Amino acid sequence: MKFTKDHEWVKLDGDVATVGISKHAADQLGDVVFVEVPEIGKTVGKGDSFAVVESVKAASDVYAPVSGEVVEANDALSGAPETVNADAEGEGWFAKIKVSDASQIEGLMDRAAYDAFLATL
Amino acid sequence: MTELKTTPLNAAHRALGARMVGFGGYDMPVQYEGVLAEHRWTREHAGLFDVSHMGQARISGADAIGWFERFVPGDYQILKDGKQKYSLLLNDDGGIMDDLMAGKPDHGGLYVVVNAGNKEEDFAYLQARLEGDVTLTRLEDRALLAIQGPEAAEVMAAHEPVLAEMGFMDSARLMLFGADCFISRSGYTGEDGYEISVPGDQAERIWNTLLEDARVKPIGLGARDSLRLEAGLPLHGHDIDPTTSPVEGALTFALSKSRKERADFPGADRILKELADGPARVRVGLHVKEGAPAREGAEIADADGTVIGTVTSGGPSPTLGHNIAMGYVPPHLSALGMDLKVIVRGKPAAATVIAMPFVAQRYYRKPRA
Repeated sequence: MKFTKDHEWVKLDGDVATVGISKHAADQLGDVVFVEVPEIGKTVGKGDSFAVVESVKAASDVYAPVSGEVVEANDALSGAPETVNADAEGEGWFAKIKVSDASQIEGLMDRAAYDAFLATL
Repeated sequence: MTELKTTPLNAAHRALGARMVGFGGYDMPVQYEGVLAEHRWTREHAGLFDVSHMGQARISGADAIGWFERFVPGDYQILKDGKQKYSLLLNDDGGIMDDLMAGKPDHGGLYVVVNAGNKEEDFAYLQARLEGDVTLTRLEDRALLAIQGPEAAEVMAAHEPVLAEMGFMDSARLMLFGADCFISRSGYTGEDGYEISVPGDQAERIWNTLLEDARVKPIGLGARDSLRLEAGLPLHGHDIDPTTSPVEGALTFALSKSRKERADFPGADRILKELADGPARVRVGLHVKEGAPAREGAEIADADGTVIGTVTSGGPSPTLGHNIAMGYVPPHLSALGMDLKVIVRGKPAAATVIAMPFVAQRYYRKPRA
């Protein structure tokens, strides 16, 4: 699992990356009350806003950590957005992206580097 | 960025593990255990809020009441001792500079509470217009606590039984917890409860004393906002502002009958004309029936998709389990049951005009003697 400075995580399986927000991000948001996942077939670029997560207080953009095509979205979150709080880095995944350039993942932080990054915030 | 001010309870919030944010120029707790849990606790038990960032003042002098009425549309001459009244600080165009509470807790003149974000402007405006023997004294050495919820009255009665005898909007000056306090039975959540002005150097002791009761939990500004939204109460700077009139803001209850007859408050021409002919826009409540929460700034459209207004506050209602919002629409589209749309991130979603408060208020009104 790799992480971005915007607190998304990405896990690559073959050429499909599962993407979500980190536990740290979910904790910071507080109670998640709404998640807008991307449409299947949508092409996203690394760094594009591709989903929205909302707490009671505010809406936050979620940025694509890699470029590619959305091949699956976690529609279960529409009925159970609290899953993002309960299991941000597991069942709370947002979408699966067929990556167009796997090397983009190389530049992301591993768990240890992300934890070190969090310690600087 | 200017440095944030702190309330006398800042250390207490940090000790409780609060997440702190800047609000109205103050470093304030937005949440302790979580907005939803705090919201529900307040609706079911008793929530304790630090609202010391709000502006407290006394207005005194032989003609204090008559002078104060020059700036607000409420009749404070007929307000009885021991009562308070909600009112609006109006500019010369009849726009709402701020909303406030002013009461007669004792014989020392009016006790006034204004919004944190407006207090410097409000008090400077009033002080610049002082006349005769009228004085405006800011109570900056005081903290302000609110205890709200269905168990708030029992909690407070355990400390001082006489408080149970206060009715909604009663105002008093009492020794409570061994300190000189102003107390009113009012709040900003739609629940029964009290707002208690305490000496700043006693605030932490009193706060901690109240939290010793298992029915009481600390509540942050996050839940304060979702609670007041459910109660249909406007937030100044968002739902009402200096361009909004009391008629547009659906706050005509704050226009006292005698004052309307005398037409002697700021902006009376505009406000009385709007009462007679209808305003250009009016604040309504919306049940957002699908999609994402519609928040401040979202457009409101009619059934055909033509943009007709703007959302000024909105979000999920933890009590109702669906999204609610308030915003402005033209009066001919403001009827209860009117089907409209809210546009969130380019997507229209069905919304219906519904009555406010969204969640029934549970103020304690004393039985008539």
